[in-house]
Formats: sequence, structure tokens, C-alpha cells
Amino acid sequence: MTAIMRRIGLALGLPVVLLAVWWFVSADSQDLYQPPLGRIFAVFPSTWTAERLAEDVLPSVSRLLVGYAFAVTLGVTFGVLIGSGRTLRAFLEPTLEFLRAIPPPVLVPILILIAGFGDVTKVLVIVIGGFWPVLLNTVEGVRGTDEVLGDTCRSYRIAGPLRLRTFVLQAASPQIMTGARQALSISIIMMVISEIMGTTDGLGYAIIEFQRGFQIPEMWSGVFLLGGLGVLLAMLFRMAERRLLIWYYGVRAEVRGGIH
Amino acid sequence: MTSPHTTTLSRAGRSPVLLGLAGLVTLAGLLEALPRSGVLPAEYLPPTSTILAALVEQFGRAEFWLALGLTLRTWLTGLAISLSAGLILGIVIGSVPALRAATASTIEFLRPIPSVALIPLAVVLYGSGMRATLLLVIYASFWQILLQVLHGVTDVDPLARETANSYRISRLRQARHLVWPTTLPYAMTGVRLSAAVALILTLTGELVIGTPGLGNEIANASGSIAIPAQYALVVVAGLTGVMANVVTRTAERKVLAWHPSVRKEVAV
Repeated sequence: MTAIMRRIGLALGLPVVLLAVWWFVSADSQDLYQPPLGRIFAVFPSTWTAERLAEDVLPSVSRLLVGYAFAVTLGVTFGVLIGSGRTLRAFLEPTLEFLRAIPPPVLVPILILIAGFGDVTKVLVIVIGGFWPVLLNTVEGVRGTDEVLGDTCRSYRIAGPLRLRTFVLQAASPQIMTGARQALSISIIMMVISEIMGTTDGLGYAIIEFQRGFQIPEMWSGVFLLGGLGVLLAMLFRMAERRLLIWYYGVRAEVRGGIH
Repeated sequence: MTSPHTTTLSRAGRSPVLLGLAGLVTLAGLLEALPRSGVLPAEYLPPTSTILAALVEQFGRAEFWLALGLTLRTWLTGLAISLSAGLILGIVIGSVPALRAATASTIEFLRPIPSVALIPLAVVLYGSGMRATLLLVIYASFWQILLQVLHGVTDVDPLARETANSYRISRLRQARHLVWPTTLPYAMTGVRLSAAVALILTLTGELVIGTPGLGNEIANASGSIAIPAQYALVVVAGLTGVMANVVTRTAERKVLAWHPSVRKEVAV
């Protein structure tokens, strides 16, 4: 019982102290740009009403999820193709090296120019941002599969979809998940950028509108909401990762335990 | 399995460098031919030669070099600050178990906050100057290095640690000969990730906030519908990214030449 209390105390201690310090230091703040924390909390419910959540947050999140799903699917598909062929990999490597080095935000103005301000552009922006980490990690994962296992598959004539599902994707999954995690944070960044740079709805748009209208406490509350969204998605991702990679943690613990 | 004569060995023998060059040339060729033949709209996707001409034109502008210099300055300043902060804090927090336990939840909460959420804050605090973009850059790249160093410090092989304790090797010498070599590969991975993220956020800040630099030049080119110039600047941004990757990876290989993991990527 005390152990659990201790853990809760440790987990909540520092955040509570930090928030308390912020609360009291900012309590009498007259600075327009750094409003008291109490005021930010006070405007939160009236700013993020159900209506606003439906109008601004829901479109953002759905674009994010659609774009992210596309990015992961495309990244894994092309990653497996490129990772399996040695010649293809050598052929494409420098090209991919260049393309992935382009910071995705600089492509946003070009995409807006080509495809306009619509939902397609905004989703596309997210796909382009999230695609590269998944692709490159999948290529690495597929390339790094155990050769003995590969030969075993060949000996038993395990090929096609069965080989893909039970061997290639399975063996590469820790790396794929690493890529998917990086892609998630890039996707959120791209979502906000696409909304700041040209749109009429979305969380990023709402926050920038508050800033331009000098509604600073409302702006801060939006920053909190966006931060909360990032934290929530990261938590969901970790839960999914734990489920998918449970076998891998077992193997790794075994290998480490075997050393001593 | 193209033909029975091409074994894996002979295929591996074919120079990967030449194949890679062929890949680049193919891409350039496709991007030249498709807009020219009208398959892709040349208006929005100018052929490679037009982009190259625009690139050469940029090279002749003093403003371009100034912008490139400003971008590099913001990027490297932000990177230097977050790397030193991340390394020091990572080692301190990582080596004191009580600190690690007390900060874990805070780090877990702050890290996933998207750095672009800070854009409005940066603007109201610092306007559109370099400091506004620096705030984004540092926030985004700090977590990458911090987490890697934290992982590294706590990854010391228990057997090696017990051996060191048995031989009564002092804490200081343990830090030098046990903790540091364990942490270094993780830290180098952190440096590589931080450098890439910092560059992305540098250009984002310039593009969105308007901090002078390459990103701002792209925004201007897009504002005046100078499409080839815009592509040329994107190419420059890409080349900067390639350079960052090459430099950090070379440094990694040099610094970790003694380490068996140099051939294998460290899991992130």
C-alpha cells in the first residue's frame, strides 16, 4: 500500500509543485501576454465548448488520423518492397536520402499552390511528413532480418503472404514501431502547420486566431489543449506498442538475462 | 532471381554507388520529361532544368546567402543549447535514482507536447525574431537528446557495475570508464535525431513566424508565385538536411569506432 502511495506521490509531486509555482508567481501578473494561470483555467471551459470541439478539434483530429493511417500504410508497403531487394535498395538509396532530408514543412506552400486549401492538401501534408520515418525504419527492419530465419523459410518453402506476415513483418515490427512513433509526432506538427498556414477551421487555426485577436488567455488554453492532445496520442500509441511488441520485450529480456 | 546466372554474390558486386547515381539521374530525368510532355502540369511542377536554372540564379543573389547563413546560425545555436542542456541534465538525472523517479512523469508529459503548439507563445513573447524560432528549435530537439542520454546512463551492464564495485573502483573512474562509454552510443543517436528535428523546426519557424532565413525566403517566393525559385529553395533545404545527416553519421562512426554497435543502428 505504501509502495503505491509512494509511486503516486513521485509521479504527481513535481508536476503539482511546478503548477503551484506557476499559479502563485503569475497570480498578480498584469502582463497582457503572461496571464495568471488561474485565468487560463477559468476561460478553458467557455473557450472549448462542445460546439467548438466539434467545429475545430474534430476536423483536426480526423485529418490527423486519416493522414497518419495513410503514412504508416504507404511507409510499410514501400518499405517492405525496397527493403527486400538489394538492387532496388542500392538504386533508390541516395534518392530517398535526399527526399527524406527535405524538411516537410517547406513543402506546405507548394502543396497549397498545387492542391488548394482543402482537406486533401491538409491530409497530404500529414502523409508526407509521416511517410519518411516509417519508410526508412521499415527498410532497415526488413534489411536486418535474421538470415538464418530467412533461409529456414526458404527451406520450408514458406513464401508469399505467409512469409510476409509470419516472418518479414514480424521481424521488422520493432523497427516499424519506432518509425511509427516518430511519424506520430511529425504528423501532429504537420497538422498544426497546415492549419496555421491556410485554413478556416482546426485547432491550429483557432489558436492562431486567438493570438491575432489578442485573446491571450484563450490562446494559452488552446496551447494546453494541443499539448494534451499530443500527450493523449502518445499514451495511446504506447499502449498499442506494448500489445504488439510483447513477444519482443520477452526475447530482449531473455537475451539480456542470458549474459549473466 | 532475374536469371540463374546472376547469383546474389555477383549482384552485390555491382557497384552500389553507380546504381545510386543511376537512381538520382532517373528521378531527375523523370521530373524533366513528365512536365515537358504535359503529363504533369509544368506550371506547378517545373522541369528539372528550370529548377536548376532557378537554383543558379539564387546562387547569384546576396540575399540567398544571407538567408542560408541565418538559417544555419539559428539551427546550430538552437542545437548547441539543447545538446549541452540535454547532455548535462540527462547525466545528472540519470545517475541519481531519486531524481529520475521524481522527474519521470513530468518528462513523459512535457515531451509529447508538439513544439509547434508553442508558436503563438513564441510570437507574443519574442515577435518574429530569431529568439522566437530558437524557442521552438530548442524545445523540440532537447527531448530527443535528453531521453537518449537517460536511456544510456541507466543501461550500464549490471555485471560490469558489480565487477567495478568489487574491485572498489571509485565513482569518478566508474563514470569515466563505465557510464560514459555506455552512454556515448545513445548520446550520438540523440545528436543525430536532435539535429534533424532542429532543422525542421528552424525552417518551420522561418516559414510560419517569419524569422529571417531560408524558410522565410520560401514563403516570399510562394507569395510572389515564383514557383521555380520556390522549388530551388526546397532543394537547398533538402541538401542542408543531407549535409546534417552525413556530418552527424560520420561523427557517430568516428566517435564510436571502438564500439561493436557501429555496424548496427542503436534502437531508438
